[in-house]
Amino acid sequence: MSLLFVLIGTLVFAIAAPVLGCLLAGLDRKITARMQGRVGPPLLQPYYDVRKLIEKDRVSVNSTEGTYITCALVFTLLAGGIFYSGGNLLMSVFVITLSGLFFIVAAYSTRSPYAEIGANRETLQVMAYEPMVLFMAVAFYMAAGTFDSAGVFALDAPVVSSIWLVFLGFLFILTIKLRKSPFDLSYSHHAHQELVKGITTEMSGKTLAKVEIMHWCENVLFLGWVGMFFVWANPVSIVLAIAVIALVYFLEIWIDNNFARVKWQAMLSSAWIVAFVAGFVNIAVLAYL
Amino acid sequence: MTFATKSPWVIHYDASSCNGCDIEVLAALCPGYDVERFGIINTGNPKHADIFLVTGSVNERNIEVVKEIYNQMVEPKVVVACGICACSGGIFHDCYNVIGGVDQAIPVDVYAPGCAVRPEAIIDAVVQGLGVLEEKSKALQAQKKGA
Amino acid sequence: MAMLGFLILFPLVVAAVLLVVRNNRARNVIVGASALVIGLASIWLVVTYLGAPWVSFEFESPVIDYVSTIVSVLVAAAILYYGIRYKNVWACVLAVIQVVGSLVFEFGFAHAIDVTEGLYLDSLSLLMAFIIGVIGSGICVYALGYMEDFQAHEPEGAKDRRPVFFALMFVFLAAMFLIVFSNNMVWLFTGWEVTTVCSFLLIAYTRTDEAIKNAFRQIIMNMLGGLAFLAALYVSAIQLGTLSLLEFLRIGVDNPALVVLPVCALAFAGLTKAAQMPFHTWLLGAMVAPTPTSALLHSSTMVKAGVFLLVKLAPVFYAGTASAQGGLLAAAPSIMVILVGGITFALCSFMAISQTNAKRVLAYSTIANLGLITACAGVGTPEAVWAAAFLILFHAIAKSLLFLCVGTAEHHIGSRDIEDMDLLFERMPRLARFMMLGIMCMFIAPFGMLIAKWATLVSFVDTGQIALVLLLAFGSAATFMFWAKWLGKLSGIAGRPDNVEVTVHKSEWTSIMLMAVLIIIGCVCLPVISWLIVEPYVYSVFGTLGQDIASANLWIASIAAAIIAIVLFAGLGRNKAKKVDIYLSGVSADNEARVFRNSLSGESAATSRNMYLENVFGEKRINPVGTVACVIVIVVAFAVSAISLPGLF
Repeated sequence: MSLLFVLIGTLVFAIAAPVLGCLLAGLDRKITARMQGRVGPPLLQPYYDVRKLIEKDRVSVNSTEGTYITCALVFTLLAGGIFYSGGNLLMSVFVITLSGLFFIVAAYSTRSPYAEIGANRETLQVMAYEPMVLFMAVAFYMAAGTFDSAGVFALDAPVVSSIWLVFLGFLFILTIKLRKSPFDLSYSHHAHQELVKGITTEMSGKTLAKVEIMHWCENVLFLGWVGMFFVWANPVSIVLAIAVIALVYFLEIWIDNNFARVKWQAMLSSAWIVAFVAGFVNIAVLAYL
Repeated sequence: MTFATKSPWVIHYDASSCNGCDIEVLAALCPGYDVERFGIINTGNPKHADIFLVTGSVNERNIEVVKEIYNQMVEPKVVVACGICACSGGIFHDCYNVIGGVDQAIPVDVYAPGCAVRPEAIIDAVVQGLGVLEEKSKALQAQKKGA
Repeated sequence: MAMLGFLILFPLVVAAVLLVVRNNRARNVIVGASALVIGLASIWLVVTYLGAPWVSFEFESPVIDYVSTIVSVLVAAAILYYGIRYKNVWACVLAVIQVVGSLVFEFGFAHAIDVTEGLYLDSLSLLMAFIIGVIGSGICVYALGYMEDFQAHEPEGAKDRRPVFFALMFVFLAAMFLIVFSNNMVWLFTGWEVTTVCSFLLIAYTRTDEAIKNAFRQIIMNMLGGLAFLAALYVSAIQLGTLSLLEFLRIGVDNPALVVLPVCALAFAGLTKAAQMPFHTWLLGAMVAPTPTSALLHSSTMVKAGVFLLVKLAPVFYAGTASAQGGLLAAAPSIMVILVGGITFALCSFMAISQTNAKRVLAYSTIANLGLITACAGVGTPEAVWAAAFLILFHAIAKSLLFLCVGTAEHHIGSRDIEDMDLLFERMPRLARFMMLGIMCMFIAPFGMLIAKWATLVSFVDTGQIALVLLLAFGSAATFMFWAKWLGKLSGIAGRPDNVEVTVHKSEWTSIMLMAVLIIIGCVCLPVISWLIVEPYVYSVFGTLGQDIASANLWIASIAAAIIAIVLFAGLGRNKAKKVDIYLSGVSADNEARVFRNSLSGESAATSRNMYLENVFGEKRINPVGTVACVIVIVVAFAVSAISLPGLF
């Protein structure tokens, strides 16, 4: 029965997430432009970009790259479907990691020196944020009593009340996950701080369009994880969660515009220290106090 | 209408410019003109770019580079020669090593003369290039459908 | 019961025959046929007893008791011989202690104790039998082709010692069967010692100085474990008056405080055999042996004997932590095993990042995964044991596949360095895909190892083992890093380099295909395996079902695994888009070789290496930390359990 739920959830997510994610990306560019004293592109600019990429000629540096990217996109949709259909949070985490792996392998398969550097950095990024993401799932389980995201609707108080420290730690690594400066090591949206174009250097046309759509969907999923902290049995809490999501997204854009990229050493050590302090300490408190 | 004209991503290459035109190209891409209003983004990657902005004339050394970047751009694509040197070789036209304008290496779609070329002229040229891009894009769609 | 006897004795007979057969073709036929027989017999055994709880077989024979003592003594004598020959004092000392210890034990204590039910089987034994019978004999088949190439690479006129090699491999299988089916702990001990000496001889096979040195390191560490085992037998015989494993476990579960010392000693034996820190160096040293040996040691035998024993002891560990009367004392073995396993998992995963040698990466990953299994055994709840059983199964399959692939690649590209495996996807297309499958099975959802890790994580959280959650989270992150970058290296495609795969032996393909098929079947049918084999074991031991992952999630995983397998073997390379060059920032001279024209009109090649983060995760930094921490844990645990001793006599 829950298999059916996940299937339906994935289909709905596959339609809704690109729309939402596209609007979010457009909003991001608009707000960024305003922060820099510009007017900025139309809200639908990301949509135009992707449509243009689809119109481009079909070329590829090898015969496998496109297939890997398709897999990455499909598994992103599955991860979103699992989470939004009320499924297992940990499963969603694992499936999105799988999607990340396919993205990395696609870049490696091109054998372009620039893409390889990007891929290398992407693996480092995964290593940097993975402990905190696992702690997030574990803390959620300890606070909510279940790994199922649907479990929040049965709670008397939002999980953030007992795992606020984990929430803060999660916000830290969210910057890496949303590919925002200072942690956009593998793939920056700003040409001035990237080696050619990082992990997507060899991707063009339709393949690049799929990558963009994948990022939209990822963002919707990650922001869903943020919202999950603030939902409880009261239906009004969904409004609260959406408000928090908006605030967090604005904060990430602000960070993106105010910090220059750091070296990988700084990213890895800071992310692991945060994971240890915020994630582990909070879990230990939950377990022993 | 095609979407090519709504999101023209540019790549900039300095062939053998004195840097005067380069500074103007970058000035045109700065927040002051805010070309992102028209979806224009500067990419450092020919595989992602639609419009190729070349400054300076081509010479024996860089003609291969210009050709390679052009070849690596994905159809449909447009070339804009920025500045008089890129258009015809300019004051360097009879130097021993200069071959001539960019059109000696690759097909140029829009010429934007000037020494140095003004940012407004570059933006104008890019807008003109969008018309060419639109045509090329339509031709490609038709070819895709036919194939 | 005839079946068990057959599985234990048949490989011995084959080994004896192989020892005298010098003809290549005859050997190929004998090894192939007997591997098939062993494989089919073990599958048949699994099918016959599917879902069976503990089944004991009444079987006792003083003759076998004597035989097993004689074998133990012979094993020690053999070690003594080599110790004297190569002037290794420690090996001699340990061997002498063991000879005396075994003889005194047999004639002084064990003789008086009857174990009426000498053999047994339960679902865990069945799982192990499947691993030994199918994967182990698959590796023997692989060795046929591999050793032929190996012999061809030897200097002219070198003595062909392959008969001994193959005989040892089959003895190894027999010893493993003995370990998993023996209820009589003396027989179990004999199997234990036989695997030690077999792996000693296999590691030293090439007789180079390095091989001899590493072989002695192995023997010394494992004999320490062996002596601990012997000590456990003494305590068990004197204090508990039994040598039956079942009896011992029952007493342990009912009264964990009573068995602290023997359990500690047995756990110590398990830790040495499973190459946990600080004993991990013997497994790293074992890399000098020919690849089939490594595959055998890492996947289906030797180290698996160590974790098998620990998983068998899991209920006792659990009882120790749960019992109120024993307090901290009774929990000592459990805490020791948990901490050593957890620390080993995290630190060895870290160290794997800094390795470029493919076999060393595999070795560290083996040690790390064994650490995880060990930690699960230490936690000992039904859920943790469920996870441990799956970790054992999938680790055995995936690791043997990887070793076989690396061995074959080494013979055809002349290197076992990961950086040299660039372009393997083109040079050895089939092999690279199998290797990719093996790697993915080791670390990523939806494949078996990750599902098992998932269950592990949940069981750690449920039992409040927060330190383990910490070690697991950071260790898993490191695991992603070192596998993903290797996987990436394999996937590179450029042009059409020569396919060097055509000369791979048929026997190697057969075994590699077997492992790959097992992985896919295993991952896709994971829920079924859980239902038929693992859950019955958990139920037979704990009386409850322990399974943390909802079956719907298991099915999602199995569907996803099927999709990935299809993409990997049928979907890749079908894309018909126009092929273009890669971007090299300038004029390419030879694009596929990443050569470009530089500013001086010369030609430069762009090269890129993966990141190995030597300064952060290098062995020099991490190794001492782990060794010291684990030594302290073990010493403290033994000190605590020694306290328990005087009060009990």
